[in-house]
Amino acid sequence: MGIFISSKIDFRSSVQKMIQYNVVYGVKRKTPSFAFAKLFGSEELCLDYDITVLPPNRYLLPPSESLLRFNLIPEVSVRSSAEFQASIILGIHPYDLHAIRLLDAVFTGSLVDLNYQARRSATAIIGVDCLNPWPYSFAASMGTTLPPRIFDLWLTDLGDEYLIEIGSSKGESLLKRYFMTRDASEAQLRQRDKLRQESLTKYQLSLAMSPQEIPEILDKGWNSPMWEELGQKCFACGSCTMVCPTCVCFDVRDKIGLNLREGERYRSWDSCMFDAFDKMASGENFRPTGTDRLRHRLHRKGKYMLERWGELGCVGCGRCVHACLVDIASPVYAYNRLAKEVK
Amino acid sequence: MAVSTESMKSLYLPKLAEVLKVEPLSEKEKLFQLRMKDGSRLSHKPGQFVEVSVLGVGEAPISVSSSPTRDGSFELGIRAVGNVTRALHRLQPGDTLGIRGPFGNGFPVSELLGQDLLFVAGGIGLCPLRSMVQYAIDKRGQFGKITLLYGCRQPAEQLFQGEIAEWRRRQDIEIMESVDRCPLDVSWGGSVGVITTLFPRVDIEPNNTTALVVGPPVMYRYVVAECLKKGIAKDQILLSLERRMKCGMGFCGHCQINNVYVCLDGPVFNYEELSKLKETEV
Repeated sequence: MGIFISSKIDFRSSVQKMIQYNVVYGVKRKTPSFAFAKLFGSEELCLDYDITVLPPNRYLLPPSESLLRFNLIPEVSVRSSAEFQASIILGIHPYDLHAIRLLDAVFTGSLVDLNYQARRSATAIIGVDCLNPWPYSFAASMGTTLPPRIFDLWLTDLGDEYLIEIGSSKGESLLKRYFMTRDASEAQLRQRDKLRQESLTKYQLSLAMSPQEIPEILDKGWNSPMWEELGQKCFACGSCTMVCPTCVCFDVRDKIGLNLREGERYRSWDSCMFDAFDKMASGENFRPTGTDRLRHRLHRKGKYMLERWGELGCVGCGRCVHACLVDIASPVYAYNRLAKEVK
Repeated sequence: MAVSTESMKSLYLPKLAEVLKVEPLSEKEKLFQLRMKDGSRLSHKPGQFVEVSVLGVGEAPISVSSSPTRDGSFELGIRAVGNVTRALHRLQPGDTLGIRGPFGNGFPVSELLGQDLLFVAGGIGLCPLRSMVQYAIDKRGQFGKITLLYGCRQPAEQLFQGEIAEWRRRQDIEIMESVDRCPLDVSWGGSVGVITTLFPRVDIEPNNTTALVVGPPVMYRYVVAECLKKGIAKDQILLSLERRMKCGMGFCGHCQINNVYVCLDGPVFNYEELSKLKETEV
């Protein structure tokens, strides 16, 4: 669809215009980290970040959202109730876009989750290459350093300018409407390839195998002593799943108004690492220990999601590696160690 | 631009149903007869479940207890054990609740045609099984020999006592009952001991028999062992699993066993499939 160039000065004013007419969520500095948040001015945007604390999928699957509203009086009635603003997410990294592709497969497959689908189709995605990964990332090993083609616009930081690739007609109209650009040259395209290539050498963590081998290694390593060794340290705090871009599990609850006449049913993020996740009303708990739950989580990331939705559940962002208080959550550590044990 | 899903059809939206009748089954269980307010039929298969809403309290997965061969209403046998089910027990005829579903695979009815059926129910497990027992009775000519083993902790916990008495009177169903223990002042015509103690007296033709087993998780391992001892093939032993299904559609993650979703791939599995999963109770 075309690749263009915009000077950084022009880019800033384009973003400013975009913010004026749209809800734009972008990456902001939140010392010492970075976070996605609503942009009020283009000067807040920070595109040369390494990682955000939370992934951008919270704009598609919010931490808590209404599923339906109901009235109890005078008659019981019920209606679906998600309300939100169409928006642009600006600054998504490739690994997080891979995660969104997986979310698309989960929520818009043979059964369609209306809330997700409505938010997804009302969202434009402008991503940017991750040229300086943080020390916890192993995206290069997971093969998630290039964006899957589900973006609307894609940026690469060439120093004084951004290379902008169009990925969809939605992206094309955004570009026409807000951006001042000229055609990119062959040399600038080669520069992008070179920068992307160079970034691969900056990853400090790596998988000792190809990602396609993870399911088999997990299969063979089911009874490894590693699960107990790591699992018995787990606090069941759920940090690893809260920061994960591919975690989709949720809880559903009802909230009733103070007038006792109306209320809503909402869902909120849940975690398979919480001790009551698999507990039933009868008291039966199918994964009662940290060991059971850690093993389940790492199987889900490295095997089950792939089998069900065709994409690995780990994109190598490394957020869980960093978030875990007792250093047991790392998929790359677990998979590498199992590989050594089972070979 | 503001977006609202209010006019859109969400899979989370329950249909409203009216409570027609509430009947106590035992101290802890009640039977609810329900009908959709829009006049639609539930159109379920025996062994499927629904998500039942008490709006303002929550939603819980409950197996359908009645057969689709019965009239336009359907029945749910419910034990008061959690927030939602306790709220359900407070409902009266005329009250409204929400229903989503039916969900899950249910029993493979067409594969069961012509087969001898060995039903094994433990306690509240009779609720889901009853949908298939009734179905087989209503289409009696399409099935072979029918045997029902029903075990409870004690006689007072036996569900559907009136209906079981009717089944007992029939010549074309064999009923065998057990209780784990029986208080001295209660008269009891069945066996005393866990449900597996009934198996030595079971007379079946294993090659033509499918076992349909529903009960508490702890029961499965022992009952499966007895079925195998009788010579029933692994893929002819069907079990219905209970999990905490929140959405019923494979999204929420709560009912996952390894890579299987109980809400979509189950709740009915054969033992051959289950024995390959590492996380099940059998």
